[in-house]
Amino acid sequence: MLEGIMIGLQTAFSIQNLLMVIGGCLIGTFIGMLPGLGPMSIIAIMIPVAISLGDPSAALILLAGVYYGAIFGGSTSSILLNAPGVAGTVATSFDGYPMARDGKAGKALTIAAIASFCGGSIGAILLMIFAPMLSSVALLFHSAEYFALMVVGLSAIAAFAGTGQVAKAIMMTLLGLIMATVGEGALFNMPRFTMGLMDLQSGFAFITLAMAMFALPEALYLVMDPSRSKTGQSGDIKDLRITKDEAKSIAPVVGRQSLQGFFIGVLPGAGATIASFLGYAVERNIAPEKEKEQFGKGSIKGLAAPETANNAACTGSFVPLLTLGIPGSGTTAILLGALIALNVTPGPRLMVDDPQIFWAVIISMYIGNLVLLILNLPLIPYIAKILAVPRNFLIPFILFFTLMGAYIGQNNATELLLLVGFGICATILRFADYPLAPLLIGFILGGMLEDNFSRSMQLYDGISFIWERPMTLGLLVIACLLVILPSYRARRARARAAGVADGD
Amino acid sequence: MKTLAMGRRALLGAAMAFGLGGTAFADGHQVVDSIHFLIPGGAGGGWDGTARGTGEALTNAGLVGTASFENMSGGGGGKAIGYLIENADSNHGTLMVNSTPIVIRSLTGVFPHNFRDLTLVAGTIGDYAAMVVGKDSPINSMEDLLAAYDADPNSTAIGGGSVPGGMDHLVAAMVMEAAGKDALGVKYIPYDAGGKAMAALLSGEIAALSTGFSEAVDLANAGEVKIIGVTAPERVDAAPDAMTMKEQGIDTEFVNWRGFFGAPGLPEDKLAMYQDALAKMYDTPEWETVRARNGWVNIHNNGDEFKAFLEDQEQVIGDLMKKLGFL
Repeated sequence: MLEGIMIGLQTAFSIQNLLMVIGGCLIGTFIGMLPGLGPMSIIAIMIPVAISLGDPSAALILLAGVYYGAIFGGSTSSILLNAPGVAGTVATSFDGYPMARDGKAGKALTIAAIASFCGGSIGAILLMIFAPMLSSVALLFHSAEYFALMVVGLSAIAAFAGTGQVAKAIMMTLLGLIMATVGEGALFNMPRFTMGLMDLQSGFAFITLAMAMFALPEALYLVMDPSRSKTGQSGDIKDLRITKDEAKSIAPVVGRQSLQGFFIGVLPGAGATIASFLGYAVERNIAPEKEKEQFGKGSIKGLAAPETANNAACTGSFVPLLTLGIPGSGTTAILLGALIALNVTPGPRLMVDDPQIFWAVIISMYIGNLVLLILNLPLIPYIAKILAVPRNFLIPFILFFTLMGAYIGQNNATELLLLVGFGICATILRFADYPLAPLLIGFILGGMLEDNFSRSMQLYDGISFIWERPMTLGLLVIACLLVILPSYRARRARARAAGVADGD
Repeated sequence: MKTLAMGRRALLGAAMAFGLGGTAFADGHQVVDSIHFLIPGGAGGGWDGTARGTGEALTNAGLVGTASFENMSGGGGGKAIGYLIENADSNHGTLMVNSTPIVIRSLTGVFPHNFRDLTLVAGTIGDYAAMVVGKDSPINSMEDLLAAYDADPNSTAIGGGSVPGGMDHLVAAMVMEAAGKDALGVKYIPYDAGGKAMAALLSGEIAALSTGFSEAVDLANAGEVKIIGVTAPERVDAAPDAMTMKEQGIDTEFVNWRGFFGAPGLPEDKLAMYQDALAKMYDTPEWETVRARNGWVNIHNNGDEFKAFLEDQEQVIGDLMKKLGFL
């Protein structure tokens, strides 16, 4: 193994490959900031370039740089503009955006960068040590367990329960679940709830809904309430320093979420999204009472948790790809295509037949992660300056960004109509103090929840899988606890303090 | 949008100029000045890869001057078909990519049109279907699978990467039907992507998987899965050990094709030009590069052959879907 690592390091540290990874990181970061282009599309765009390099290690290093760059770029737009471009960064905006609004954009980006780096690095180390062993773990999960895991993921809405909005949060989650049923379901050959409209056949696009729920209402709020954002006068570089106390408080979060995120990422099909929601929910649940109130209002723990978890999960998703040849996510599916085009066939034989490629993949991921951190830390003050742009320029910019994000992936102008329509509804809901994040969580998880549930129903001819499969039952119990405990505790705390909880 | 619109206009200009000037324009072996590819789905899908790969090979080989691409998703491909039919006159320079689902989806009425409403240019590539089991499965052939099915149909679930009534399901049903079993009794479990279905197979959730041959061949060569039957007329070079269905006494063949369509009323000379360019493409090293990179199989059906092929496929699939109760 050491030998393999040495070979991998040797290839990775040539001048050419370092230039590749730097180039990849920069391209990834900047394109990744556009909401419509997640890691998947950017890697798809870069594959022909990478293949034309001819050298598999150089190509992999370039793609790894692009991959990590794109993930970080996605977090940037979540934090600065409340515009999460991919499902995995939705949870990042819960606390990242409130921080940016408070004038702490630089600090938020720094925390995101460091948390991502730690998640990715710890993930890479776990991948090196455990990859061969974990391939069997990836296969322990059947549809029934995935269903239960989605339910656990949904318990992230419990994070909104403490604010006295339990009923509203549940209503919005259900609305999200309902919206996920529009379109051609995976289990029936017939379109549902499309009202005969062809454009709804494939359902609502995630990106359209994310922009409509988060970015658009935020832009409208900024127009209506100029004092809402303090960002105009910020941009101070000192701002991005993390104090010792802060570092101390996020260190355990990063440690826990690296592990948890990695293991969730190992499961094919679960991935970064579930890892980030769960990471957020778990950290909120175990935080001390005083810090818990900060979640959703700019808690550094609430930002570090999903950022660490989604990066660790991305690394974890390489386990089934490299050891079994199974892509667990859209991005790894695209990478699988690239590997095959480079004459590398991932699978159990890879470690035996081509150890240098196996290690080159892992080392290049690590280098991509490291270079990203080194490149981006000095860039953060400049990126954060986006928010120092005067409001009358910033708001049109956000609107343009938002609309383009919805259009770019599908090339379909109907998305724009949907975006504006939903955006207006979302703004009205926000006026009425309904939290919008549960709706988006419900929408994201709803499709997978339904598919896995009905598959299990078919396999077991009923719902007997809930008690016949111990792991399913265990996960469902955990989900119940995650939902019930915080609201129970909140109620007790409220009864004691008899104070009024305030919601944002 | 602006550049797209301009692109289309420029393209039209180019097409008209070509029409007037005839082949005098062509230098060396260039056959067509430019082609605009209409892709009925989003970026990154199978249709997208086929159109962009074909465009790349055609331009790199010098058979076509320039290629442009437009993604128009919506309605399971129906939106692009509708667009091509409604704007037929201004789309003589456009080729739309499509595949087996155009037959299936027009049968189920997902969209109101079918392939007869378009000009058939050519089927260019294809992929056979395969029945696959995990490496530790006691099942080693179709005979074993059928025996397991007879013993306990309920626990012999067959999975696939498409909806019930979609391609993978129809292939599984077609094979069972040809083997003399009741296609309705097959317990089909749908997954939303081939990769997830493969993971389910390896985890033991399903007994067998109906999938594309190219999706299974690498895992089979790595020893992770066993291909127990291929719907090809004879064994495929990429996996010479994998038996065909026919060899095992199951008289069925199936190809998931991909090909190109033109607007209705496409002038004969234009059609001939496109067909010529696509036919010449197969002999170029540029095509070989693209084809090998994607693991495609050359299955060339030109014009009338393409029509006969599609009519036959429509017949077979239609009968099966009626039997399964999807029509």
